Amino acid sequence: MFNDKTSKFLLVAGLLLILGGAFAPNWIVNQFMFGFSRALAILGLMVLWRTGLVSFGHAFYFGLGAYAVAILDIKLGVTDVFLRLIAGALVAGTAGFLVGFIMRNYRNIFFAMLNTAISMVLFGIVVKTEALGSTDGFAISMSTILGVSPETKYPLFVIITLVGMVAAILVNYYLKTTFGKLTTAIRDNEIRVEYLGFSVAHAIHLKYSISAILAGGAGALMAMSLGQVDPESMINWTVSGELVFITILSGPGNVIAPFIGSLVFEVLRTYAFELAPQAWQLIMGATFLTIIFFIPGGIWSVLEKIGGKKNDK
Amino acid sequence: MDTFLTILLDGLQFSSYLFIVSAGLTIIFGVMKILNVAHGSFYAWGAYTAAFFIGKFSDMGMPDALGFLIIIAAAVVVGVVLGFIIEQGILKYMYQRDEVLIVLATFGLFLVLEDIILIAFGTDPYFAYQPMALLAAVEIGGITRDVYGLTLIGVATLVAIGCWWLLNKTKWGTILKAVIFDREMGISMGINVPLVYTLTFIGGAILGGLGGAYIAPTISVAPGLGTEVIVLSFAVVVVGGMGSIAGAAIGSLIIGLLRAVAVHELPQVELFVVFAVMAVVLVFRPEGLFAPAKPRKI
Amino acid sequence: MNKGLVAVLAALVVGAVAFMLTSEKPSEEKKEATAPVADEGEQITIAVPSFLTGGAAGPFGIPAMNGAKMVVDAINKGKLPAPYNTKGFGGATASLIELDEGGGATKQVAEYRNLVEKRNVDAVVGYISSGNCQALAPIAEELKQFTIFATCGTPRIFEEAPRQYVFRTMSHATADNTAAAMYVKENFPGMKGYTGIQQNYAWGQDSWRDFDLTLKQIMPNSKASDNVQFPKIFAGQYGSEISAMSLDSADLVHSSFWGGDLEAFIFQGAARGLFAKKTGVLTVGGTAAYRLGKKLPNGIVLGARGPYGILVRDRDSVLNQWFINTYKNLYGTYPSGPAYQYGQAILAAKIAYDKAGSDPSSEQLAGALRGITFESFSTKVEMSLGGGHQAVTENGYGITKYDEVNGENIVTDVKFYPASCIMPPDGVGSVEWIKGGMKGAKC
Repeated sequence: MFNDKTSKFLLVAGLLLILGGAFAPNWIVNQFMFGFSRALAILGLMVLWRTGLVSFGHAFYFGLGAYAVAILDIKLGVTDVFLRLIAGALVAGTAGFLVGFIMRNYRNIFFAMLNTAISMVLFGIVVKTEALGSTDGFAISMSTILGVSPETKYPLFVIITLVGMVAAILVNYYLKTTFGKLTTAIRDNEIRVEYLGFSVAHAIHLKYSISAILAGGAGALMAMSLGQVDPESMINWTVSGELVFITILSGPGNVIAPFIGSLVFEVLRTYAFELAPQAWQLIMGATFLTIIFFIPGGIWSVLEKIGGKKNDK
Repeated sequence: MDTFLTILLDGLQFSSYLFIVSAGLTIIFGVMKILNVAHGSFYAWGAYTAAFFIGKFSDMGMPDALGFLIIIAAAVVVGVVLGFIIEQGILKYMYQRDEVLIVLATFGLFLVLEDIILIAFGTDPYFAYQPMALLAAVEIGGITRDVYGLTLIGVATLVAIGCWWLLNKTKWGTILKAVIFDREMGISMGINVPLVYTLTFIGGAILGGLGGAYIAPTISVAPGLGTEVIVLSFAVVVVGGMGSIAGAAIGSLIIGLLRAVAVHELPQVELFVVFAVMAVVLVFRPEGLFAPAKPRKI
Repeated sequence: MNKGLVAVLAALVVGAVAFMLTSEKPSEEKKEATAPVADEGEQITIAVPSFLTGGAAGPFGIPAMNGAKMVVDAINKGKLPAPYNTKGFGGATASLIELDEGGGATKQVAEYRNLVEKRNVDAVVGYISSGNCQALAPIAEELKQFTIFATCGTPRIFEEAPRQYVFRTMSHATADNTAAAMYVKENFPGMKGYTGIQQNYAWGQDSWRDFDLTLKQIMPNSKASDNVQFPKIFAGQYGSEISAMSLDSADLVHSSFWGGDLEAFIFQGAARGLFAKKTGVLTVGGTAAYRLGKKLPNGIVLGARGPYGILVRDRDSVLNQWFINTYKNLYGTYPSGPAYQYGQAILAAKIAYDKAGSDPSSEQLAGALRGITFESFSTKVEMSLGGGHQAVTENGYGITKYDEVNGENIVTDVKFYPASCIMPPDGVGSVEWIKGGMKGAKC
């Protein structure tokens, strides 16, 4: 499981980042926390995208994860970082598994749209329900780690980095199993896959559930890093669009890509917002178009080109 | 009785507004297979252009009735200019790509167009109340209604009839239907498909712009107004069946009336119902309630 | 994966971090070059967030920002009337960073963290949306950052938890709505039933709750509609909602709408005769008085969230006349509520700086502002609630009337209620205070 180059790189890079984070100023640690939290969701979308499926509604799972943390915090006072993370992933994963029974029969635009519809149903409910915080959402108390409340955000950063690292290694491993390898095969020709004796529906269902768990975990981590959830920035369709945007930006080439892509997105947005507060969407949109047109493989393909050789499979 | 009539009129008014916007979206999808997220931008641009010029002309002391002309002109100008630039400049190069990828490209376009509005028109909201003030108010069902809002129903009906006439009674309609039915066949029959695409996109964009331009006098035209319209018109188009004008009409009616009932009887579910209907339709009849019968190819 | 790729990745990460670190230079910030008194004394940076985009910008965010800029500038030059005519903030010249408040609470939280940890501002003064304030209060506490909320209204901020670093220099939603209810009782004693339309977030919910609860106490014979509308904030179209309210038997419509939503609602409601048939009570209506002119219907009960804007135009204290005249000279219109409120918050920052000594910490600034009473431009501000962090002021209402002669809106029958009459005493939550019959209210 750890003996391929990608996993090794993840291990080394993760540990180096954790070391480096101890000396970095707070706001850089923040950027990494936001970036890596979101990267988890991108990892899941990447698994789907390799199968040719693009969801325009994964903010549903992202939001479920984030709101699971918020509700647990407010109703039960749960502050432990691991409980919160597991709850977020579990709630989203369960929802994803159930919705997956329907979703596995959909492709293309219909897949994208059904996901949008489901996420907007949740949006409509949350926005209009005062008990769920309506438009305001909730503030989330600082996370504790096994009963200890940390002084700084650094421990949370370490945990997010470790979670990201482990998730990436697991997904990388999954993509190499037979079931995982069905990704590209399904995209290219479903009927042939069926003839080989595999159930396309099952394969997609599994991938969909994985992506939901990851998006839920991402939402939970994001809620904890930010200390705030609200429907506009967690569930609305624009959030789903943003997630897809980062997926395309990252490129499907490798499980490392989502982490780089999310980080680039975070930095791009911070600076676009700071330097051109009225044109940051324009900068993002233009970047997006450029990627779609000229760099369909995303940042990863550029790195590969600069790196000179194809990466390992 | 008053309540019933009021809900009916509210619903029809909202449906009409939805129909004008989503008719453009569905035409573009039907002919070109593009689910255009940037459609919300056409709406926003239409609203801004109309509001800007209505205000300008009113300040110059022109008669307020001119407002109606400006609305139509704004829709046409926005549709032709934006539609042409986007289709020729960007989408043309994407027809060979994956459907979903085109959706994403239009999402990028949407982001860009949103901010260009900010740069072009500034952040201050615009008011173009003159056309609404010009038409008086009437008493219907025990409450006062503005006549302008009611004319929306007429405009939507005109758009529906126009589309039907164009598709079924003109040579253009025949060509369009041929392209919708089978693009390759159309080409081999000598139809100039690229031209059809360009004109269709412009036509759809004009309708999107008209939706915004016509609603402009009743709202405060402010940044961000395109965001909500997109998902609403997606819902309409999905419910009715993507690519079908009649479907868009049915979808608009269902969603508009349901929303009106919700606002009057159970305001909390007002947003929820719209998308719940969309999800339910997608689950049980993904092709929509009123999908055009289409042979599946491949 | 080969070494080349690893090297490229490492270089990218190092490069990005280096870029982020070096690009922190304040030179590229969008700073207002204030008084040209450079290199004389200390410098501080004040971040002023307000709505610069979206429907709330024109009616609310821009006047607020203008008020803040004007007062910062006057303080830097030492041009405020006495007793505030000393130069600078504790002697230091302030530069002001303009920030957009749009995009939702979560985005604002991320931005706030950037402000404090990356851009190292000395004080944050502003915020209009209750949603943003509610989200930011715990973050400000976490980061130990001296922060003054200027305009936002939800009472929850200081009732939910004690705050150390966060202040609000105007009274909260309870004052607006208890005062509105009292004004209604005095001027419309025959009112039988009331309904309302509010934005669906903390501000709207709290406003309606306080108005409704107060009326239940002081006008027990009036009846609340069971179909109050809570459309989404920034929705813009209220056709169905106006129909529903028109059909309602209530003879009074209360709304805490503000900004672009308010103006859209007034247009649409006026076109539908809503305000001709029912009495409109607009608790934040003050901003519309100057902007809408003749399009604002007559006979509306108008508030400005306190003694600001059109309600205090004829108060002739030196400070108030300075504020009105300077604003009018600079921006060509009379200052509305948000301009006053932001100016007041900046003034509070100056007082805190003057009192806290040179190069003060957030603790010292907070200590200096806690519990004080000061004379602001239009009224007296007492920082008496929430352990000295939440201000109380008087609050007033009037009735709109278009003055044909001068071609502008005026308000008639203006009445002010003292703070002790419309706000709970310290330590008592608004809701329980009203429900308990508003004990200790001195009117």
